[in-house]
Amino acid sequence: MTGGFDSTGGTASIATVTDRVKPVELAGAVAAVHFLGSVAAFVGDEETVTLVTPEGEATQLPLHAGAVLCVASDGRRVVTGGDDGKVVQLSQNGEVSTLVTDPRRRWIDNVALHADGAVAWSAGKTAYVRSGKGEEKSHEVKSTVGGLAFAPKGLRLAISHYNGVTLWFPNMAAAAEGLEWAGSHLGVTFSPDNKFLVTAMHEPALHGWRLADGRHMRMTGYPARVRSLSWSANGKMLATSGADTVIVWPFASKDGPMGKEPGMLAPLQARVTTVACHPKEDILAAGYSNGTVLLVRMTDGAEILVRKNDDAAVTALGWSADGGLLAFAAGEGTAGLLAL
Amino acid sequence: MPETASDKIPVTVLTGYLGAGKTTLLNRILSENHGKKYAVIVNEFGEIGIDNDLIIGADEEVFEMNNGCVCCTVRGDLVRILDGLMKRKGKFDAIIVETTGLADPAPVAQTFFVDEDVQENARLDAVVTVADAKWLSDRLKDAPEAKNQIAFADVIVLNKTDLVTPDELAEVEGRIRAINPYAKLHRTQRCQVGLADVLERGAFDLDRILELEPEFLAADDHDHHHHDHDHEHCHDENCGHEHHHHGHDHHHDHGHGIKHYHDEDMQSLALRTDKPLDPTRFMPWLQQLVATEGQKILRSKGILSFSGDDDRYVFQGVHMMLEGTHQRPWKDGEPRESRLVFIGRELPEQAIRDGFEQCVTT
Repeated sequence: MTGGFDSTGGTASIATVTDRVKPVELAGAVAAVHFLGSVAAFVGDEETVTLVTPEGEATQLPLHAGAVLCVASDGRRVVTGGDDGKVVQLSQNGEVSTLVTDPRRRWIDNVALHADGAVAWSAGKTAYVRSGKGEEKSHEVKSTVGGLAFAPKGLRLAISHYNGVTLWFPNMAAAAEGLEWAGSHLGVTFSPDNKFLVTAMHEPALHGWRLADGRHMRMTGYPARVRSLSWSANGKMLATSGADTVIVWPFASKDGPMGKEPGMLAPLQARVTTVACHPKEDILAAGYSNGTVLLVRMTDGAEILVRKNDDAAVTALGWSADGGLLAFAAGEGTAGLLAL
Repeated sequence: MPETASDKIPVTVLTGYLGAGKTTLLNRILSENHGKKYAVIVNEFGEIGIDNDLIIGADEEVFEMNNGCVCCTVRGDLVRILDGLMKRKGKFDAIIVETTGLADPAPVAQTFFVDEDVQENARLDAVVTVADAKWLSDRLKDAPEAKNQIAFADVIVLNKTDLVTPDELAEVEGRIRAINPYAKLHRTQRCQVGLADVLERGAFDLDRILELEPEFLAADDHDHHHHDHDHEHCHDENCGHEHHHHGHDHHHDHGHGIKHYHDEDMQSLALRTDKPLDPTRFMPWLQQLVATEGQKILRSKGILSFSGDDDRYVFQGVHMMLEGTHQRPWKDGEPRESRLVFIGRELPEQAIRDGFEQCVTT
């Protein structure tokens, strides 16, 4: 890692690795980036995915006949939902296949993946699960699905919607459980230890529940809606976008973040748009509304500059599973790869 | 607050009671050869006879913002769909949102006032209400939704005029004007209206809040100019006390074809002064007014002249939400008048009038 000083702008005195970034130029804005092995899959806002090797070789593949509305990955495949009513899978070998075509061509608003191979998606008010064996089930909630997440253990799907979250066990006859909280719940995520469930709401706030007893956790104070959430490698911290610093909520104790102050890391004169925690170390990558990308050590807030501000917001960040590669994308497809 | 609106996608809200002809208008807009591409958000797939991959089905999902304001409702589905559509920016020129016949237009409009992401990418262009010339008078009596849609409109397409007599047409127009004298009104058969009359209106563009004249006066200026003063007062002082017992049947014909009705519960109120307003009194008054009476006030607009300020100030509001800006310097010779209009249900007329008087510098 090269040290040194950057003489431009407000990041004058921090270490920088900007000269080690391999630039990647893509055809359009990027919705998400995930690694399949050492290959970065930059999923576009529209139609295609671009696979980029560590050497910078790029291959573009078609995914959808329109906008890509949602993306999920388990490291072995990338699954996307589109406004063409399709759920599409990109495998590690670069093969693209259509998993689902909605008969009414409804938008596929959300997708989620389970470690055992199951896929979940939603269209309108209905959430669907297809098990690794190909068995399909569906569950309708009372309003449009805002987000989907599989629990880390068992086959249990969290479905967020207006006024709360439904916990559905596709393989059990028992009725789905409801967690209620007024408002519109969009993104949803389980803590890796399976003890907490957190939603990103339509208003600039997170809401959480302790799953053992349903106790509420309100996480507020954001100036903007939280669109990016990422758990730290050990699962004890939740890093979030939505403020002009990375907001990190502590989840180590049995009460989660209740009664505790969140960490506020890497303040800039710009809003954090994207966060991605390193898969092994207490390090996170943060992307900002002005295009800056920083690496931040979560223990002490030390920062390393990966990309200077160039005005267009960072839209995607992703780590390879071994933590050796970071990919980012900003604006209309200005992207990069960094080997650590 | 409003920046240059030009690079934001314009959104037209198309509303109207069941059977009025919304779908007919929508099909016309989509099939006409105008060289533009529209993304359309509809409630019923299949009614649109046009093949277009940018027709999106929506469930009208209204939710209350968690900010303690009961009428602060937004369309969550619209937030989601606009978010998705923005990924395809460049593939279409404008968006049309069709509401169901029973929908209240307020949550749609409010979505554009409160949602930061929506505001960043899109702007509300106008609320266009299609009304059935034959049945609207009846619906105004028994369907509060129909009345809301008329009250909220920037443009009213009065359709099926071939099915009514000239007298019936005059009556239904009179009833519309009793509720909303400010909307542009177009008489049509089978929704034959120029697309420029319903699209790209800029009705929510603060820079285009023009004259707050009742539309029918402006349209037939030569006929009615001398009545101007009377009309305005007719909607308040002279007739104000009679609203509650007169109801629908109070009308008087001024001899120029438009009957004047008063609607029992929905009215407009116009305020005007040529003396400057004191901004330190006016702003708190207006904010307090919409905070306490916002549920009754559907739309508000104003062009204001403040003491010690050479700029025209313009504002508009939907229920409790307001936005305003210093628009431009007053021009030489332009009368520095302040004008406000409120359209709403059971407006506390005298209280609004008295409050406004307190803001006028003496």
